[in-house]
Amino acid sequence: MNITNLFRSSVGKKFIMAITGMALFLFVVLHLLGNLQIFLGPEAINRYGAFLQGNLELIWPARIGLLIIVGLHIWSAIKLAVENRAARPQPYAQQEIVAASYASRTMVWSGFIIAAFIIYHLLHFTVQVPAVNLTGKNFTTLEDAKNQHDVFRMMVIGFQSRVVTLFYIFAMWLLFLHLSHGVSAMFQSLGWKSPGYGSLIARFAVVASWLIFVGYISIPIAVQLGYGSSYVNSFNVNALQEVVK
Amino acid sequence: MNFTLRVWRQKDANDTGAMVEYAAKDIIADMSFLEMLDVVNEGLIAKGEEPIAFDSDCREGICGTCSLVINGIAHGGQRGTTACQLHMRHFEDGQTITIEPWRARAFPVLKDLVTDRGAFDRIVQAGGFISVNTGGTPDANAIPVGKVESDKAMDAAACIGCGACVAACKNASAMLFVAAKVSHLNLLPQGKVEKDKRVTSMVTQMDAEGFGNCTVTGSCEAVCPKEISLNFIARMNRDYGVALLKAST
Repeated sequence: MNITNLFRSSVGKKFIMAITGMALFLFVVLHLLGNLQIFLGPEAINRYGAFLQGNLELIWPARIGLLIIVGLHIWSAIKLAVENRAARPQPYAQQEIVAASYASRTMVWSGFIIAAFIIYHLLHFTVQVPAVNLTGKNFTTLEDAKNQHDVFRMMVIGFQSRVVTLFYIFAMWLLFLHLSHGVSAMFQSLGWKSPGYGSLIARFAVVASWLIFVGYISIPIAVQLGYGSSYVNSFNVNALQEVVK
Repeated sequence: MNFTLRVWRQKDANDTGAMVEYAAKDIIADMSFLEMLDVVNEGLIAKGEEPIAFDSDCREGICGTCSLVINGIAHGGQRGTTACQLHMRHFEDGQTITIEPWRARAFPVLKDLVTDRGAFDRIVQAGGFISVNTGGTPDANAIPVGKVESDKAMDAAACIGCGACVAACKNASAMLFVAAKVSHLNLLPQGKVEKDKRVTSMVTQMDAEGFGNCTVTGSCEAVCPKEISLNFIARMNRDYGVALLKAST
C-alpha cells in the first residue's frame, strides 16, 4: 500500500473524484457569490471584475489550479466509467431500477454536458470570442465611465440573447442534477458520513443544489425581464449622439 | 396458479445462451419461488428435457446460495427477502415472469441460472479473517466489546454473501459485500489489529476480480436480503483512507 493506490484502486479513484468535486463545489459557490453582485449595479460588479483581472498573481494560480482539479475530476470519471461498463459485459434482458435516482444514474452524462457548457462559457465571457455570443457585439471593447471593462453591460447584452439564456438555464439544470447527487455522494466516498448525520448531508446536498440553481438562473431571467436594459441603452444613446455630432 | 416463465438457458460457460419460454401450471400460491421451479423441472424431466439449473441450499433465507434476478430485480423485489423465501402468492395469476442469473464479469455463468461466485471467496481469503494462535479456549468476556460496536458488527456480519448487491448495481460493484465483510471484523477488538491490512487487501482483491465501482445509487442496499446499510461502504472508504494515509507517511 502506497500513495499510488490513490490512482489505481477503485476506492482511491473515488477519493480523487470526491476531493476534486468538493473543490469544484466550493468554486461554484464562490463564482455565484461573485456573479450575484450584478444585482448591486454596474459599479459593484465592474469593480469586482477589475479586481480579479488586476491581480494576475492571484488569477493565474487559481486558473491553473482549477484546470488541474477539473482534469483530475474528468480523468477519474472516464477511468471509473470505463471500468464500470466492463464489469457487466452481458446486460440483463429485463432490469428494473431499484432505489437509484435519475441523477445518480446519469452523472457521467450530466458531467460531460456541463464540461461542454464550461468551454462555451469561457469562450463567451472570459475569452470573449465575438462569434459565440450571438449578439453581433464585441465584448472586449465594452468600457464603463471609469474606463474599466464593463462586466455589467457584457452580462446584460450576453443574456439578452434568448438562445444563450436557454442553453445557460439548461446547463444550470444539469448542474443541479449533478450536484444533488454529487454533493452527498462525495461525503459517502470519503467516508465522512455516519448514520447519525447521513440524512442531514443528503438534505444539505438538495438544498445547496437548489440554491445554486436558483441563484445562477436568476441573472439571465432578470435580464430577460428587462433588468439592466436602461443602463445598456444609455450607452447606445450616447453613441448615437456622438454619431449625430 | 399458472405462469409463463421466460428463463435464461445456457448449456455451459462457453455457450452464448438465450431466453426460453416455459409454462408453469398448477402452482400452489404458498409455494416458494424455488419450489415453483422444482415443479417446472419435474415436468421437464418427465418430458425428457434438461431441467433448469439454479443454485439453492438451505431454502430458509440464511445461506445466500439462491441467486435469481426475477422480473429485473435481484431476489424478486420483496424487501429483505431471498428468492427462496419469496412466495408465489406475491405474483399475479397468469403473469409472465422473467428469470435471469446474476450478470457481472466477475460472476461468469456456469449453466442456466448458476454463476461462479468464487470471486467473493477470494476476496474473503484476502483479508476476511483474524490471525490468532490456536490453543485452549479463551475465557468468555476476556475481551470486552461495547454494546454499540457489537451491534454494528453484527449488522455487518448479517451479510450472507449472495451477491445480490453486485447483481443490482448498475456498475456490478461489490462494494456493499466487501464493506460488510471489512466492517464486521474492523469494528471488533479482535479484528482491529489487522484493520489497515485487511481493508487494503480486500479492496485490492475486489478490484482484481473485475467488479465495477460505487456510484452511490443505493440499489445494492435496496435489494440486499439482509438489509446491509450503505453506511458500511462509507465506513470502509474511511478505513481505506486511513490506511492510505498511514502507509504514505
